[in-house]
Amino acid sequence: MRAQAKLGLFLLLSPLLLWLTLLILIPHVDMLLVSLRERIGVGQYQIGLGNYFTFFSEPLYLRTFLRTAVMSILATAITLLIAFPVSYYIAKMARGRVRSALFLLCLVPFWVSELVRTFGWMILLRETGIISNLLQILNLTDGPVELLYNDAAIMVGLVYTSMLFMVVPLVTTLESLPDEVIEAGYDLGGSGLSVLREIVIPHAMPGIVSGCIVVFMLSLGNYLTPTMLGGKDSLWFTELIYSQFIVRFNWELGAAFGFMLLILSSTIVWGMLKLTGQSLEKTMG
Amino acid sequence: MTPDLECLNLVKRFGDTTAVDTVSFDVPRGSFFSILGPSGCGKTTIMRMIAGFLEPTSGDIQIRGRSVLNTPPNKRPVNMVFQHLALFPMMTIAENIGYGLRRKGMPRDEIARKVDEALERIGLPGIGNRKVDELSGGQKQRVAIARCMVLEPDVLLLDEPLGALDLKLRERMKVELKALQAAFDTTFIYITHDQSEALVMSDQIAVMNNGRFEQIGSGQDLYYRPASAFVAGFVGDTNRWSGQVTRIEGDEMEIRTDSGLLLRGASHGRPLSAGDSAQIFVRPEAIRIAHDTEELSHFDNRMTGRVASLLFNGAASRIIVQDPDGREEIEVNLPQSGEFAGLKRGAEVHIGWSGAQGNCFAAGVR
Amino acid sequence: MKHVATAVCSALTIAFACGTTPASADTLRLLTWGGYAPENVVAKFEEETGHTVEVTKSNNEEMIAKLRATGGGGFDLAQPSQDRIAGPQAEFGIYKPIDLSKIDAALFIPSMLAATKANTTVGGEIYGVPHVWGTSGLVVDTSKAPSVKDYTDLCGADVAGKVSYRLKRPTLIGFAFAMGMDPFAAYGDEAAYKEVMDKVEAKLVDCKPNVKTYWGGGDELMGLMRSGETVAAMAWDTGGWKLNADNPDITFVAPASGALGWVDTFALPAKGRADDAAYAWINFVMRPEIAAMITEAAGNFTASKGADEFAAADLKARYQASFPPEALDNIKWYPPVPAGLEAIEGGVLDRVKAAQ
Repeated sequence: MRAQAKLGLFLLLSPLLLWLTLLILIPHVDMLLVSLRERIGVGQYQIGLGNYFTFFSEPLYLRTFLRTAVMSILATAITLLIAFPVSYYIAKMARGRVRSALFLLCLVPFWVSELVRTFGWMILLRETGIISNLLQILNLTDGPVELLYNDAAIMVGLVYTSMLFMVVPLVTTLESLPDEVIEAGYDLGGSGLSVLREIVIPHAMPGIVSGCIVVFMLSLGNYLTPTMLGGKDSLWFTELIYSQFIVRFNWELGAAFGFMLLILSSTIVWGMLKLTGQSLEKTMG
Repeated sequence: MTPDLECLNLVKRFGDTTAVDTVSFDVPRGSFFSILGPSGCGKTTIMRMIAGFLEPTSGDIQIRGRSVLNTPPNKRPVNMVFQHLALFPMMTIAENIGYGLRRKGMPRDEIARKVDEALERIGLPGIGNRKVDELSGGQKQRVAIARCMVLEPDVLLLDEPLGALDLKLRERMKVELKALQAAFDTTFIYITHDQSEALVMSDQIAVMNNGRFEQIGSGQDLYYRPASAFVAGFVGDTNRWSGQVTRIEGDEMEIRTDSGLLLRGASHGRPLSAGDSAQIFVRPEAIRIAHDTEELSHFDNRMTGRVASLLFNGAASRIIVQDPDGREEIEVNLPQSGEFAGLKRGAEVHIGWSGAQGNCFAAGVR
Repeated sequence: MKHVATAVCSALTIAFACGTTPASADTLRLLTWGGYAPENVVAKFEEETGHTVEVTKSNNEEMIAKLRATGGGGFDLAQPSQDRIAGPQAEFGIYKPIDLSKIDAALFIPSMLAATKANTTVGGEIYGVPHVWGTSGLVVDTSKAPSVKDYTDLCGADVAGKVSYRLKRPTLIGFAFAMGMDPFAAYGDEAAYKEVMDKVEAKLVDCKPNVKTYWGGGDELMGLMRSGETVAAMAWDTGGWKLNADNPDITFVAPASGALGWVDTFALPAKGRADDAAYAWINFVMRPEIAAMITEAAGNFTASKGADEFAAADLKARYQASFPPEALDNIKWYPPVPAGLEAIEGGVLDRVKAAQ
């Protein structure tokens, strides 16, 4: 019987294990090996840390790397600031159909592909676009305004793309906070702000952290939005990886970049968990 | 002395439905006041209006003589123990109890002192650093009360706080709550649908039905002198028949039930006349059971029937007696003195009760 | 045991449809550019040969990356530019040699076939034959930016903030020529090439404030030019001609220093499984009347002999307007890129992108 149970467990787990090994573990190991390979001539390679050395010795790569990290953190923070009131409204104030409608509104952008969404923003923000024309019609500006191709546009795109991934965990955790507890906070003399600070936010912390992790990862790994909305100064780390792999045929350096990105995101997520005193089990569970 | 709480013609309407319909009452200082009613009768609405989470449609709420209608919940001298207690799970016990004091801006060491004092008072000294989920149900209960009491509110509202506890604990907490109320000497307003909770603890009970108060009085008043058919039926167990008044003589009267049984009862001053349809209530403990008719000769209601079933429940054991024609079933208390230990299902018994114990109300009138 | 082995073998055969499949009806997995395999041509081919065609649209870099990732598998026929075959082949070995006996050489313009063969020879084997050719140069709104005659004119003050180009190697090459240098001559000498690229880098960094955005895809450029947000850009000739059809002011201009000529080829991926179908496709699309259909769809002319006669008159007119005889003679054809140059160019492009 025991042996049978074990076999059953193994069979149940095997798809997951296969998935993990074939699609996550092996590619990463392979990428690590590629990143440790230095090209010394046509078709000739040797093992070494040269690619990582290249990364650290080229200020451009480091700058892009840090810029991507900072912008992603900023995008995460802005997303949180916008998503929190929205989620609170959905979870605690809206009822019945209004609530489903609001949730649906957050979901609607995901019915179209990211490419189409980004094109949508381009149509809105470009010099001959809708917002620019509107401002001219309202006589708020003299000539066309270019709102595209800058960091603010990247930010708008990133926040928009990430919104749902922040709203969902927030709504879930906020829903699990009984109305009673919030009322108790007021009843015992708390003001709106102190109830938010001492009761709502601590309760929502797992949701906030898991939302932030997802949004941060999505922003960090985003390729389309920064490239398309950012224009000539976009400089996003994934773009560097893409160009190393695809344009320069330099898989070795690209793999090293990929690993640096992995290390960066892991470090920042780890730091975020430490800073908020949350554990991964708690936030993802 | 001005009452701690006074509600004047309180009305709350939600759209077309009137949840609270012109309710007035006052609660003297230091008393334990309960609002008893079935779920959906509007008692929670009253509570939430007093706490400030709902605004009355009309009427006034005064605490120690001052209207609090324009005071937000966090400024009212009223605190509430919620149905599921609503302790803050993200804080320790000490932080929970100290929450309100922190909001008042009290210095830290004073908060610590007050929290310790409160923990002492509820008999749980030294648990300040524990987490909420490490406590038992009864301990949480006491912490929830302490959390309110450190703020020294004029009125403490309790919204069915024992509902989530198991029976044994509930019995003990009833006694404990009463003791805590006496210890803190604060006005408690207690909401419940459980008559036993209300009867055991309260100085005054208001029975509520369909948004209105049916009767306000002490437990004895409600039990022995119910003012309405609803109260008579809701508070305590009772036999109930409906029928028609056949004869009336002063306070005494005779009623024929729908199944043809002729019973004597009393109107206790309520206006009833012959021919009216009415309801008659007789408590199981008012009915005497005997082995022969001699013992019951002084009762004006006498009957001989068969035991339809035996309901053993310790001191509260009962039998159901079927009248000879099998038309009615009557619940009767079974004394556990040993006298009727041999009683079996199907055995013949004689029962009787005094007509004064048969409480009559005109049917259809509330 | 033997039964098990047989069962496994047959399962594998079904799963992977092992290499030797009957020649009668193959699936041709074609890795090509947008417009090179229009639906009408595919339908005609499938009807005539019984083969089915799966088209994957891509570009030079992605084609090479895809084939490199699989070691030359996953596709049966690819269409990289002729200058991008020798380098990757030497480095990654992703193609197999072309059997010229299976190709009907009479369908090709002889000079173009000869040049492509020469450029795609590695170790004595030929890896490519020509298909579509075209040029890149300037697309200019002549009413708003009459001053733009060469790549370096994009940096002029009169078009500030209203120009666009790609941050890709053709831009580097084009600017080098416009600055009076010959990058192709420096191909063989990394030091000399680096010197050329350094000058180009300085120019492009200077020019950056003039640029509205670096365009990435053809649609993006079309949008920019059509809306008037940019008035001059580096682009392919077909882009200019397409825009010209909508707005006669916008057209393709061959730069004074010479348009850059490219030829997209047919090359066989090393692990391709349907060579017969691939050869059949090549011989099919090089027929003049079919080649004209492709010209219609892609906008570019092919190396098919005699297809010009079938080409649409308006396309011919645009072509002749953009390419007077002297401009035609001045086209700079890309020589094969030696392996390693991409690293130099990559550094330049990265630094230009990062420049403030």
